[in-house]
Amino acid sequence: MIKKRAFPEKEKVFRPGDEQLPEPDGFRTVLRRLAGENKLAVVSAAVILLFVLAAVLAPVLTPYTEKDMDLRHRLSPPSPEHLFGTDEGGRDILTRMLFGSRVSLLIGVVPSLVSMLLGAALGIVSGYAGGKTDAVIMRLADLMLAFPSMLLAMVIMYTLGGGLMNIFLTLSLVNWAGVARVVRSETLRIIKTEYVEAARITGVAGIRIMLCHVLPNCIPTMLVLFTLNIPASILTESSLSFLGLGIQPPDASWGLMVNTGRQFLYSAPWLSLIPSAAIMAIVLAFNFLGDGLADVLDPYRKNQ
Amino acid sequence: MSGFLLEGKDLTKEFPAGGNKTVHAVSNVSLGLNEGETLGLVGESGCGKSTLGRMMIRALKPTSGEVFFRGRSLTAMSDREFAAVRRRFQMIFQDPYASLNPRMTVRSLIAEPLETHRICSGKKETTEKVLELMDAVGVPGDFLYRYPHQFSGGQRQRIGIARAIAQSPEVIVCDEPVSALDVSVRNQILNLLSDLRKTRGLTYLFISHDLSVVRHISDRVCVMFLGKICESGPTEEIWSSPAHPYTSFLLRAVPKADPKRRTDASALLTGEIPSPIDPPAGCRFHTRCPYAGKICAQEEPPLRTWGERTVACHFPLNR
Amino acid sequence: MRNILEVRHLCAGFPTLKGEAVAVNDVSLTVPEGKIVGLVGESGCGKSMTARAVMGLIRYPGRVISGSILLDGRELVGMPKKEKRALRGSEMSMIFQEPMTSLNPVMKVGRQVEEAIRIHEKVTAEEAARRSVEILTKVGVPEAKKRCLCYPHQLSGGLRQRVMIAMAMILGPRLLIADEPTTALDVTVEAQILQLMRTLSSGGTGILLISHDLGVIAQLCDHVYVMYAGRIVESADVNELFDRPLHPYTRGLLNSVRSLRGGGDVLDTIPGAVPNLTRMPAGCGFSPRCPERCDECVMDVPGLVDMGNGHLVRCRPAEGEEAK
Repeated sequence: MIKKRAFPEKEKVFRPGDEQLPEPDGFRTVLRRLAGENKLAVVSAAVILLFVLAAVLAPVLTPYTEKDMDLRHRLSPPSPEHLFGTDEGGRDILTRMLFGSRVSLLIGVVPSLVSMLLGAALGIVSGYAGGKTDAVIMRLADLMLAFPSMLLAMVIMYTLGGGLMNIFLTLSLVNWAGVARVVRSETLRIIKTEYVEAARITGVAGIRIMLCHVLPNCIPTMLVLFTLNIPASILTESSLSFLGLGIQPPDASWGLMVNTGRQFLYSAPWLSLIPSAAIMAIVLAFNFLGDGLADVLDPYRKNQ
Repeated sequence: MSGFLLEGKDLTKEFPAGGNKTVHAVSNVSLGLNEGETLGLVGESGCGKSTLGRMMIRALKPTSGEVFFRGRSLTAMSDREFAAVRRRFQMIFQDPYASLNPRMTVRSLIAEPLETHRICSGKKETTEKVLELMDAVGVPGDFLYRYPHQFSGGQRQRIGIARAIAQSPEVIVCDEPVSALDVSVRNQILNLLSDLRKTRGLTYLFISHDLSVVRHISDRVCVMFLGKICESGPTEEIWSSPAHPYTSFLLRAVPKADPKRRTDASALLTGEIPSPIDPPAGCRFHTRCPYAGKICAQEEPPLRTWGERTVACHFPLNR
Repeated sequence: MRNILEVRHLCAGFPTLKGEAVAVNDVSLTVPEGKIVGLVGESGCGKSMTARAVMGLIRYPGRVISGSILLDGRELVGMPKKEKRALRGSEMSMIFQEPMTSLNPVMKVGRQVEEAIRIHEKVTAEEAARRSVEILTKVGVPEAKKRCLCYPHQLSGGLRQRVMIAMAMILGPRLLIADEPTTALDVTVEAQILQLMRTLSSGGTGILLISHDLGVIAQLCDHVYVMYAGRIVESADVNELFDRPLHPYTRGLLNSVRSLRGGGDVLDTIPGAVPNLTRMPAGCGFSPRCPERCDECVMDVPGLVDMGNGHLVRCRPAEGEEAK
């Protein structure tokens, strides 16, 4: 007789009433898929972890502190005692990099995360609700975008004063508007789709439509914006520091180091090149990790 | 004319079309659905059939007119009151690619109406119920955690149907449910819809531009032209003796799958469908109608009724 | 009668993660002068890929793997791009399903119609304009002169499709490929376009009509090829095919359409779904869905066999039945 053909991957057919039900993909499966599919993302994650570890273990990793001045060895090139050389105050650059990463990593990630979440929330609500809510949120965003962001940051920092928390607050406030605008236009596209209409007809509550239908479909866009905001935040902070509003020497941050090193670009290029390379590395790492995550979260890429 | 399960009275919908213009999508249309029947709504693109279908289940607010469900006005209800009866209505969409959220698994798609209306208690019971529904529409249960794009068009439409029947609705608006499907799959879905209607006591408002599909599935048919119903009645009567000239041309224009019965040029309508922004005065069909007289351009034809049939024409055929 | 188009053993495909997917497998067909030849099949059966292969418009990374395509005796496979481009529009042209997306939205209709003449011939602007009005009138665009100044979005779907046909016909090509030309149109407008295509073919143009709609095929075609899973499974004169379908797939399709005649009975169906190109079943592509499948069907692909009257079929059980 004729053999019945079945999909080769079919193992068990579940029927209603079965004791054992099929299981969804767990967190581990997702991680494993990430590791299996995208080596670059794994390397990036490792790089980020390495930076974080270095920041945490800074005092153990170096014999100096970031404030130790040694005026006899100003602007000395990389050597066994000072692996990355010293700056204009004779401070060890490696040490300053390590301690500076504490500030810069936080400044890169925290405000980007906050502004992404805030911007996405406001953008989705704005796009979904429409009408007056939309108008109010968007005019507010326009206002934020219309100001030169540096000026805005300066005004906020000047009123609030220095300090890490205030820098976080400032950078988050500067960046949310852009995110909100983009997420709003994504939302407007998504709420016109038939699957949102289907959910509305079913009677799904607005909040659930926003969380289960709109948000997951905005995530790729949000990840891109997040990674783009990291270097922007690090550099804005450096400009603020340069103006005397952010981190002040002898405290260290990467942005500040790039900025002060600029004066010595010809005589001692390592002063700004080394922190620049670090910023680039961390930004690339977040970028690749973001791409990898977006891929793994994208159902179209699964099982292909 | 009562006793309808769902009845629309004098429904009108206008959309702003930029400038001072309005699109007259649906103008003064009344129709009723008997319990357990399938009412076909036929017409060409832009005639307002989808708009009308959506207004009937309050997915779209009419500009004027009222909709009654079991004698209660849906249009007059507050949102809160409507939430209590919302369970009774569902919709099946044309494009099974666009109507399922690509980022949700089959389980969460079908479970959404169950969770919204708190039909099941607990995760396990929900999953059981989802499997039961998948079984009912013929999607294997081991695809529970797959995503829509992993299925063929026919399978996806089955998932859409499972989702639509999950909350045990009474009325389902089917908006071109088989138009995007291959011929060989289309009939499977039509059979499934017929089966479900019988076993679950559903009432369908079946919207389609495909006349042969409507003929098969509907008990009664309404033919729409440019925002108006021009003819309605029992399916077979309309097919055997169309009374409105438009219906007659529409039926003759369908390409028949028989090379010996080719349509000749005389059976063709000339011209194009007028724009709903600026519909013709009088009978909206008069610009294309070969039987049109003077009166057709001036006066809107009254609805003539005999037996179960109605027609809006000054000079009906076959009478 | 001369054959305008002869396709011989054409294979075309595109690379996927699991190796090359062969979307068009050993397809042979001919389009004679002044005839309308139908290519029927469902989505993903390879019919559009065949058309694109003939036009030389297969999208990268797809390619023609082997076979030959003769346009009026000239070999198109391997022909330099430049020469092929000279043939497109003048000797062969194509119209698509969606007339809105195939017209440039920011260019006036008249200019788009003229474009082909301006590219292929050296004519004055007035001459080009005159000829474009002429062809638009010929394909049934009312007030052609006025319409030339419109943008595509100002025209209805039916008029846009007429404009597309005018663009395709303006240089008087010998071969017109129509890929689902009426699928996006309303029934009453569809009938008008079908009538127009009949007129075109009586003027000597060979038409290859690609469609999934058996109604359209029956109304228009002289000869029909049925395609399934990348292969031609049946080929016959149109009357012969609709009277005496031999392949179980063709029969299934016809039954699916013919059982839609009212009455609300259970409809005839073909079980299962069209196979995925990357997961093609072994043997006959239709075997998993076939009610008449035998053991041999899953082993290897049957050949195309002539059953008399030029009626070709690719099916073992059908051969056996006829022999009895």
